[in-house]
Amino acid sequence: MFRYILSTVTVAAFSASVLAAETDVSDTEQHLQTIEQRLQRLENAPPVNTPVASANAFNPAISLILSGTYTDLSQDPATYALPGFALGDAASPGQRGLGISPTELHLGTNIDPDLYGAMALILNPDDTVALEEVYFQTIGLDHGVTVKGGRFFSGIGALNQKHPHAWDFIDEPLAYRAFLNYQYRDDGLQVRWIAPTETFIELGGEALRGSGFVAGGNEKNGVGAYSLFAHIGGDAGVSQSWRIGGALLNAAPRGRESGDIAAELPDTFSGDSRLWTTDFIWKWAPNGNPRIRNAVIQGEYFWREDDGSMSGAVSGISGDYRARQSGGYLQGVYQFMPRWRAGLRHDVLATHELSDASGTFADLNGSPSRASAILEFTKNPFSRFRVQYNHDQSRDDSSDRQVFVQYQLSLGAHGGHQF
Amino acid sequence: MKKIISLCVLLMLGQPVHAALKVMACEPEWGALAREIGGENVVVYIATTGLQDPHAIEARPSLIAQVRRAEMLVCTGADLESGWLPLLLRQAGNPRVQPGTLGYFEAASFVTRMEIPTRLDRSDGDIHAAGNPHIQTDPRNIARVATALAQRLAEIDPVNAGFYQARYRDFAARWAAAIVRWEQQAAPLRGVVVVAHHSYFVYLDNWLGLKTVAYLEPKPGVQPTSNHLAEIVAQLQRQPAKMILRAPYNGARPSEWLSERAKIPAVMLPGTVGGSNQANDLFGLFDDTVQRLLAALK
Repeated sequence: MFRYILSTVTVAAFSASVLAAETDVSDTEQHLQTIEQRLQRLENAPPVNTPVASANAFNPAISLILSGTYTDLSQDPATYALPGFALGDAASPGQRGLGISPTELHLGTNIDPDLYGAMALILNPDDTVALEEVYFQTIGLDHGVTVKGGRFFSGIGALNQKHPHAWDFIDEPLAYRAFLNYQYRDDGLQVRWIAPTETFIELGGEALRGSGFVAGGNEKNGVGAYSLFAHIGGDAGVSQSWRIGGALLNAAPRGRESGDIAAELPDTFSGDSRLWTTDFIWKWAPNGNPRIRNAVIQGEYFWREDDGSMSGAVSGISGDYRARQSGGYLQGVYQFMPRWRAGLRHDVLATHELSDASGTFADLNGSPSRASAILEFTKNPFSRFRVQYNHDQSRDDSSDRQVFVQYQLSLGAHGGHQF
Repeated sequence: MKKIISLCVLLMLGQPVHAALKVMACEPEWGALAREIGGENVVVYIATTGLQDPHAIEARPSLIAQVRRAEMLVCTGADLESGWLPLLLRQAGNPRVQPGTLGYFEAASFVTRMEIPTRLDRSDGDIHAAGNPHIQTDPRNIARVATALAQRLAEIDPVNAGFYQARYRDFAARWAAAIVRWEQQAAPLRGVVVVAHHSYFVYLDNWLGLKTVAYLEPKPGVQPTSNHLAEIVAQLQRQPAKMILRAPYNGARPSEWLSERAKIPAVMLPGTVGGSNQANDLFGLFDDTVQRLLAALK
């Protein structure tokens, strides 16, 4: 009996110790695991706040935009003209066939505690290089004041301040083509002030050289052109935001070239040119999350007054010239599911008054218009692919069916885009 | 005319001197923390809501106007706001909140960041060079940031330094007690295998011992594809998980699709203050997070 009890106790004790050992083992294992995890974490995490020392550490942020477009035009682009509008050298629907679009190279960084500097080079498909933008901008000034100097896109309009790769359509609105020769950029100085209010209020002005198209050819002492602009913007609830703006670009061109510039037989205009612009942008994104669905509606309206004289050997114009012309566009782009966007745009131009001493322009009072549709697939923020169709009735004789297929890739450091 | 000029001068000079400190928080969790420590001595504007994706915010005019008025920015940093904050800072004409100044506070620089990539290449998706920026999903990180924020507030506004210290001490004590409570409640979650939409809950995993075995996004920031989701279904047959986690701003469809196939619950975690109705402050955020996780485990 005693023996029996003893053996039972021994067995029980033994099995208990085995059980205990087992739990011990699993405890130790768990403990080891947590220690291992901790070690790993420590190894993975470099000491906080230690920048990597390197000779390149202060290099500017570099980004590159690569783009290519297939263009199909039913009308010959070489004969392109907008009836009644004196066009600059960049006004064209594009070149037929496969081709790369201008490559953009951006560099930018803080220069010192007070200044930011940036440059954008355009590498053209014809192997030429253009300095698109090169400027300094203050970050250290107080009271909402920012000063920018160098070469930059003027603050007028809505699209004008943005790089073309950030536009929602592949080509420029007709108003930009007719009045700004694609986009207005110039050398000079810009001052902006933002009011200390909850509503966004921005006032700005620019003193410019006057070398861009709507000015053009006024090399002289002093200021060749100036602009004034204002923007007001805010939110409407959490899902909607808006901005409206207005601007005046005032120039006194001396020998502004238009017409047959390529053959070096241009018409030249001298006098006063004033361009008034108004624009609005309205954006919608459910809960302020644009990634899944969003919509943007945007419009601009331009009014230009030219008073002076125009002359040209080929067109036979000479003497007094006076024009009152307007144009604008309305566009909407809707992202209906992640990565896919579709948009529509309508463009118009109008001539309200056009007179020249020789009467050459008297019968050129057309009203160009164009309708466009775009479908875009944004694979991720760095690569997008899009196809656009234009029904272009901007020529006076016949309509042009235009198809564009484009890829646009962003390499390197690329921050967000302006509103 | 004189009146107009003096009005303009007043507008230019802006705020009266002894008003409350104007703080702009990039994300709701830091706004809530600034209110906890700053009390009535700060006026906090929060740039994003708990339902918004802080990676993808428009540089809206209203935000430029707020940065222009701010005396202090409290943001996550670690590149989380790199798509919009630099644009706002460059346009606002406000030197007090530029990077490197006292007024620019980056929460992520006060915690140990995880997932710092050893390789920087865009083929790996939308990765952050400075590591995973969603540090607020671990309350111990909030405590570390609170310490630094209290110090910084005292530096910017030394007159009220004592006030901030007192409020900080009060908050820190309540927070430490709450962490103990959450850890006790969340004990059953240790070792639980989960799937997540985005690498948003890495710090939460680390805190509670959850184990994320798959992400619905094939690469960080890349939208889930049907191929990738099918792969996860296959993976889960070999390695079963208990639930699918997502932040409020992640589209619900991918996790609901997977939830149906894999027969495990899809759980939306608030992620930040305002991410759910219950997460109305920092304490509510973690109360709700732990409750939702426990509910899904049952």
